[in-house]
Amino acid sequence: MSSDNRLTRRFEKIRSENRAALITFLTAGDPNPDTAEKILAGMPKAGADVIELGMPFSDPMADGPAIQAANLRALGAGMTLKKTLATVERFRKEDDDTPIILMGYYNPIHYYGVQAFIDKAIDVGVDGLIIVDLPPEEDVEMCHPCLTAGLNWIRLTTPTSDDSRLKVILKNSSGFVYHVAIAGITGTRSADSKSVMKDVARIKRHTKLPVAVGFGIKSADQVSETAEFAEAVVVGSALVQRIADGSDASKTAEDICSDVHQLVAKLATGTIRN
Amino acid sequence: MNNTTPESYRSGPDENGHFGIFGGRFVAETLMPLVLEVEKAYYRYRHDSDFRNELEYYSRDYVGRPSPMFLAERLGAELGGAKIYFKRDELNHTGAHKINNTLGQILLAKRMGKKRIIAETGAGQHGVATATVCALFDLPCVVYMGEKDIERQAPNVFRMKLLGAEIIPVTSGTATLKDAMNDALRDWVANVEDTFYIIGTAAGPHPYPEMVRDFQSVIGLETKAQILERENRLPDVLTACIGGGSNAIGLFHPFLDDESVRIIGVEAAGHGIDSGEHAASLTGGQPGVLHGNRTYLLQDEDGQILDAHSISAGLDYPGIGPEHSWLHQCGRVEYVSITDNEALEAFQLCCRTEGIIPALEPSHALAHVAKIAPDMDRDQIIVMNLCGRGDKDVFTVAKALGVEI
Repeated sequence: MSSDNRLTRRFEKIRSENRAALITFLTAGDPNPDTAEKILAGMPKAGADVIELGMPFSDPMADGPAIQAANLRALGAGMTLKKTLATVERFRKEDDDTPIILMGYYNPIHYYGVQAFIDKAIDVGVDGLIIVDLPPEEDVEMCHPCLTAGLNWIRLTTPTSDDSRLKVILKNSSGFVYHVAIAGITGTRSADSKSVMKDVARIKRHTKLPVAVGFGIKSADQVSETAEFAEAVVVGSALVQRIADGSDASKTAEDICSDVHQLVAKLATGTIRN
Repeated sequence: MNNTTPESYRSGPDENGHFGIFGGRFVAETLMPLVLEVEKAYYRYRHDSDFRNELEYYSRDYVGRPSPMFLAERLGAELGGAKIYFKRDELNHTGAHKINNTLGQILLAKRMGKKRIIAETGAGQHGVATATVCALFDLPCVVYMGEKDIERQAPNVFRMKLLGAEIIPVTSGTATLKDAMNDALRDWVANVEDTFYIIGTAAGPHPYPEMVRDFQSVIGLETKAQILERENRLPDVLTACIGGGSNAIGLFHPFLDDESVRIIGVEAAGHGIDSGEHAASLTGGQPGVLHGNRTYLLQDEDGQILDAHSISAGLDYPGIGPEHSWLHQCGRVEYVSITDNEALEAFQLCCRTEGIIPALEPSHALAHVAKIAPDMDRDQIIVMNLCGRGDKDVFTVAKALGVEI
């Protein structure tokens, strides 16, 4: 199935169910490659509609303490970009429906080789990329090659994006739009949902793409509030924190998995619109 | 290596902030409007006569510019060979070249109506220079500094506090300069409305590499005028140390199109390039993207950034300004490296022969001068930027020499 179909079909299905999609973020290889893969394999069943997988990087500038720590745990346990791609490949053998988005920073890909990475990502079944430090001003680096190759290029809009900036951001966006609810880093403060609703309405005037909202969303109640006006809700740091807590308490891989999956199931209850 | 010769080495960056393939604006979307705002403001004010006049006034009466150029006769006699001049930027207020840049940036921040200043610092020199101008212009100042650097640069930490700055210890990652820069960027993302980020070296997203270079170019412009007055000709060799490379680009830039001048940048080789414990991005690194620009970086085979090492905290950064990467690639500037031990020897040589305690950073440049001067003719001229004084380093040097103080 082509990547475009997987994402489009998933958003169509969710729309028909009159709910928002739950997008879950995990860092690949966190807390170690084996446990991470077990957590990942159970995510769709637990209630994740779209999976965002972070590619570990030593210097995650846009991330807060929880995801910074996840990056370091994964790298410390020997995770690499190649292993992240292999993880997706194994996941795809069992699940050909759940879209997977890789999210991260440019340098590991720059080192791997941009075209080689795009080819491999498509080959293993990745549906889209979010590269935090590649704004539209640097589209020639990776956005153009991705769109040419048919891999979704998903971009972030933020509270600092005015109407003229939105036009620039949305021009080469595909798949969906990821609206960052706060001016800030991941997993810190939460936005006031009224102002986010306004921003999302403004974004929708500029694009027909589904809009996902993330940053600072931690609970089923927050998911529920956001689901009223967005096509998708992203939760990351709260899940990653579960892994950190389990890992700190020396829990078994099975217990960490079940902690994370329970939280996902709970968050998923918030996606149904009232 | 691409050796095509551009018409001028002084015309960069292009409108997208690129020096060849280096530079650019690799930042999160939240920051893009701010980065574009800084660029617009900088281009508006850099030739504005009020701005220039104010910058010149403070440079002269507050910083003490122009800094002198001094003929290091005893050092020259000891080494034999070329005549050696020191460009004495260590005599600036706050003891290093850093204030040339912080002064320029805070004058811009004021014009942009910003109410709060943030900065990163490694050795603490840039932090002190930022805290200084914040005190002068009455703006709150927050300095991010790696926990490890706070330990090894205690005097500068106290100086910053005396100047009214808030120091935020950085514990993330490796708790050094690169992590301090990450946390400063995180702060900026979260405080986009009122905050100006004063970056301390000629790196970061466009327009910072260009802006910092321009503010530091006062070093090279003065040097050119001074050497022409003293010797009635240009020097044969120009040299400066490089961490991020702001003092070096400031010295080099006005001379880049003077073909007769051999220009040498000196990186920190730490325990030796082969040891893996060094800070020589050009000699021992590869092109990559970090902190908003494409440049040479110390990184592993997975593109993860490696920790730098140098006895000099000011050179202890795994990257380098993008313009240096470009000058390296086109071959206009030679880049060499000097180990901790070589720098320590040069440090002592300078104290003994000239009565000047240099910072460990320019001691690297001096160590290279000591290597090349003896093989040069007596009528040849080397100008080295003595970009900082060594008061901050006496504890580190004592420890390295096994002396308890």
